[in-house]
Amino acid sequence: MSSMESVLLFALIAVPFFGALVMVFFPADRHSLIHWYTRVIAFAGLVMAVWLFVTFDTDGDLSKYTVDFEWLPALGIRYSLGISGITTPLVLLNAIIFMAGVLVSWNVTHRPKDFFIWLTLLVAGVYGVFLATDLFFLFFFYELAVVPMYLLIGVWGSSTDFTKQPAVEIPGYGGGGKYDRPKEYGAMKLMLYLVAGSVLVWVAILAVWAEARSVTGMESFSIAALSQVEYSENFQRIFYPFFMVGFGVLAGLWPFHTWSPDGHVAAPTAVSMLHAGVLMKLGAFGILAVGMVILPEGASDWAPVLIGLGTVNVLYGAVSALGQRDLKYVIGYSSVSHMGYVLMGLGTLEVIGLNGAVFQMFSHGIMTGLFFAMVGIIYERTHLRDITVLEGLGKRMGVVGAFLAVAGLTSLGLPGFSSFVAELLVFIGTFRTYPILGVLAVIGAAITAVYILRLMAKVFFGPISDRWADLEDAKPIEVAVGAALVGILLLWGLYPFRIVEIIDSGVQPLLEGMGIA
Amino acid sequence: MTMDVRFELLMPEFLVAGLAFLVFTLDFFIRPVRKDILAWVSAAGLAVIIAFTVPYLLNEHDSLFDGLYRVDSYALFFKVLSMGIGIAVILGSLHFVNQRLTHPGEYYAIIIVSVLAMMMMAASGELLTAYLSLELLSFCLYILSGFALQDRRSNEASVKYVLLGAFSSGLLLYGIVLLYGALGTTHFAEMATALEGAGSVEGRLLVGLALVVAGLGFKLAAVPFHMWAPDVYQGAPMPITAYIAVGSKAAAFALVLRLFYEGLAPAYDQWQMLIAGMAALTMIFGNVVAIVQTNVKRMLAYSSVGQVGFLLMGIAALSPLASNGLMVHLVGYSLTNFAVFFAITAFYNATGKDDIPDFAGLAGRSPFLAAAITIGLFSLAGLPFLAGFVTKFYLFSAAAAEDLLWLAGVAMFASLISLYYYLQLIRQMYIEKAPEDEGGSVAVATPAVLTAVIGAMALGVVLLGVYPDPVMAAIEDATASLLGTDNAWITLGAAGQ
Repeated sequence: MSSMESVLLFALIAVPFFGALVMVFFPADRHSLIHWYTRVIAFAGLVMAVWLFVTFDTDGDLSKYTVDFEWLPALGIRYSLGISGITTPLVLLNAIIFMAGVLVSWNVTHRPKDFFIWLTLLVAGVYGVFLATDLFFLFFFYELAVVPMYLLIGVWGSSTDFTKQPAVEIPGYGGGGKYDRPKEYGAMKLMLYLVAGSVLVWVAILAVWAEARSVTGMESFSIAALSQVEYSENFQRIFYPFFMVGFGVLAGLWPFHTWSPDGHVAAPTAVSMLHAGVLMKLGAFGILAVGMVILPEGASDWAPVLIGLGTVNVLYGAVSALGQRDLKYVIGYSSVSHMGYVLMGLGTLEVIGLNGAVFQMFSHGIMTGLFFAMVGIIYERTHLRDITVLEGLGKRMGVVGAFLAVAGLTSLGLPGFSSFVAELLVFIGTFRTYPILGVLAVIGAAITAVYILRLMAKVFFGPISDRWADLEDAKPIEVAVGAALVGILLLWGLYPFRIVEIIDSGVQPLLEGMGIA
Repeated sequence: MTMDVRFELLMPEFLVAGLAFLVFTLDFFIRPVRKDILAWVSAAGLAVIIAFTVPYLLNEHDSLFDGLYRVDSYALFFKVLSMGIGIAVILGSLHFVNQRLTHPGEYYAIIIVSVLAMMMMAASGELLTAYLSLELLSFCLYILSGFALQDRRSNEASVKYVLLGAFSSGLLLYGIVLLYGALGTTHFAEMATALEGAGSVEGRLLVGLALVVAGLGFKLAAVPFHMWAPDVYQGAPMPITAYIAVGSKAAAFALVLRLFYEGLAPAYDQWQMLIAGMAALTMIFGNVVAIVQTNVKRMLAYSSVGQVGFLLMGIAALSPLASNGLMVHLVGYSLTNFAVFFAITAFYNATGKDDIPDFAGLAGRSPFLAAAITIGLFSLAGLPFLAGFVTKFYLFSAAAAEDLLWLAGVAMFASLISLYYYLQLIRQMYIEKAPEDEGGSVAVATPAVLTAVIGAMALGVVLLGVYPDPVMAAIEDATASLLGTDNAWITLGAAGQ
């Protein structure tokens, strides 16, 4: 750990991790101290992530970015970190969303200390998954990122309760049926699904480790070392699905996606942002950086299934979003739909498709962060998320409406925003491999346009009800967050070359290692 | 047959026995209000004996009385663990005993005697010695579980424990007899030689093996021999519940591990599937039944039944890694259970309640207790950065390495189930509101000593989770002596064939 870069990698995880532990000793009633402390931690991470991203040399030697300690020699576990062209943008994404999430959480006044401790631990776990190059620690951080969710949602989340609403018939949204989803339900469902997924991942990790041990006598959890081992085709075919489905659960892979809308809806704003924005990407990242890298033959055998399920994700998520009454459920299902593009991109097993998948992870992360931040503001002001009741908010909340419109337009793939480029790459990759699925994916994008435009029309335009007369628009801090996220979407939409170049420098060697490119 | 026995190697055992008598005797001379002194003498005495024992027995390897009694790193490891467990229980009991029990002198002295029994179980190199040590431990626990004389549940627990314990002792003894009949010896090392020499496996050997497994299964509370556990756990005084959950299991596993690795390893084919099946059954059953429990002690009883299933994997896998894994999981399990049980003891001391809904809003009332319970439960569920994550990972890896990946998979699934019911308690503490009436918002008064013990255990859970190296070093040493030069059978990798 001699170079500056390796110290940075170490600090990226250590600062939030130990920062959270130190926070335990803060007095619980010093709210502003706690808020500012967390902002400093988030900002430190952001500075480091930006620096890593800006100075990343696509032709350079990555060995300077190495942290490596012996940890548990009996099993060959080492604490080792590293980055690649794939992880650098994702680390940046995590830093941006954490910063944004902390800033829009200015209104958390219920036990803020506990809230920020868990949130910061979660973020440390996410950094860890992206940076770890040892499977034990990747799994360690993966679980660390999942654990805090239960309490974050259960304590600070909000329930969906339509039982008290008047039963009004709204064209296109059905009647005001009784619908009740307590936050505890969402929290428990999310937790059990994700841990069940991680059980599959764990089985696969141990299987790979034990197989490598018996084939070569090597005891190591290093991803690079494990990927060098020749596993039998049968073994790969059996255990790749464990990685694909196990990580896929977190990525929202259909039909294991149902935790995702329920969980996102129940979660508090910052947690929804982090969860839909970054955590779901951990799943896709796991399939790519662990499953495909270690078991390439299994990956190519199962690629048609992955891309097929990804297409289902796109269509199913979009159609489900059409029928939702809860504003957050619309966004939740839209996340399921957009993660479908990522999974399709991964399933192409081809340079352009993979580039698109990783870029879509980044782009969707920013976009959905913006979505949830704005929906959070609306909910905070109105205490309502029911589309059938919210009307004409644009008159009072013009800024929020504008930001939400940008997120929506990005979501439906308008040129000029980064998702257009990302989805285009995925479409090209898919048309080159499975043209029919490519057509279906484009149809999915069209459905997206329908539900987004309908949502905007209903909630922001039209006559405003008297009860919203005193509604307050975004506060300066919220405007700043929204503007920054919009800026990022625009920047990578108009000038995607640099980030794609960086991603490509990670995708190329990965595919070469798999023996494909 | 040489008779120059090095009696001086038994010094730690003599000291512990002496300490027990000292406490018994001191009891006569101490006024009732000052009985706390006895606890401090007991705990300090054990601490001094640990400090003496470690340097004294380090690197000593000897077999006393022709192999009846072993002095090696393996026994040393469990001696230290037993005494540590004793200290924790004594200090954790202090407040409980003052409030709810009579005869503190005998209480502490019997705990010390049971520590002695645990030390002897780990050191036994022969079946009858092991049996006698096990009985000594059981007798102490029978008495301790009935120690709350005025409490009918405690009396009931004790009677149940005695009856089922006696029955299981009978099974075990009969199994030992059959093994002796088949092999002509009760020494572990000679049993292994006889097993290797025997061409085919006799029927009475199998029956004997089955009976020994059943008898020990009772002591471990492995399914289907677990029925006594929930009742005894619920009825026994709270710190004794913790002691039974942790101490008796640690000692029984110390015995079982040595018996199977030293004595029965050559008959691996005969018992591996038996133990693996029992492990799978135990973890699934224990964790599934725990879901419907409404009493915290019963929930933890079933949860610890489930944990026995995990630990049995370490026997079934039969390899150096598995032995390490079993021991490290045992250490983590001990720390974790103590943290949870003592935190619940503190709650029970103050409120007299121990049903799951009674914990509603505890995080607001007593953040420390709620955090300690949460750390403990998350560790039991195997979440990072707590002990349970590392120890389970180690143990499951060891199983996977010996072609028991399916069993590891079952274990992970069982952990998932356990997470569900642990979250129910965590939900009560963190999400539900405290009841408005009956002082629901008042902090739970926790005495300083108990706070310190809980804090130490929770800290241990975290430390083992992030820095297991020092403990692993001692454990690897213990495994090395268990699988020493005269036990080439496992070290050569026979299990991996």
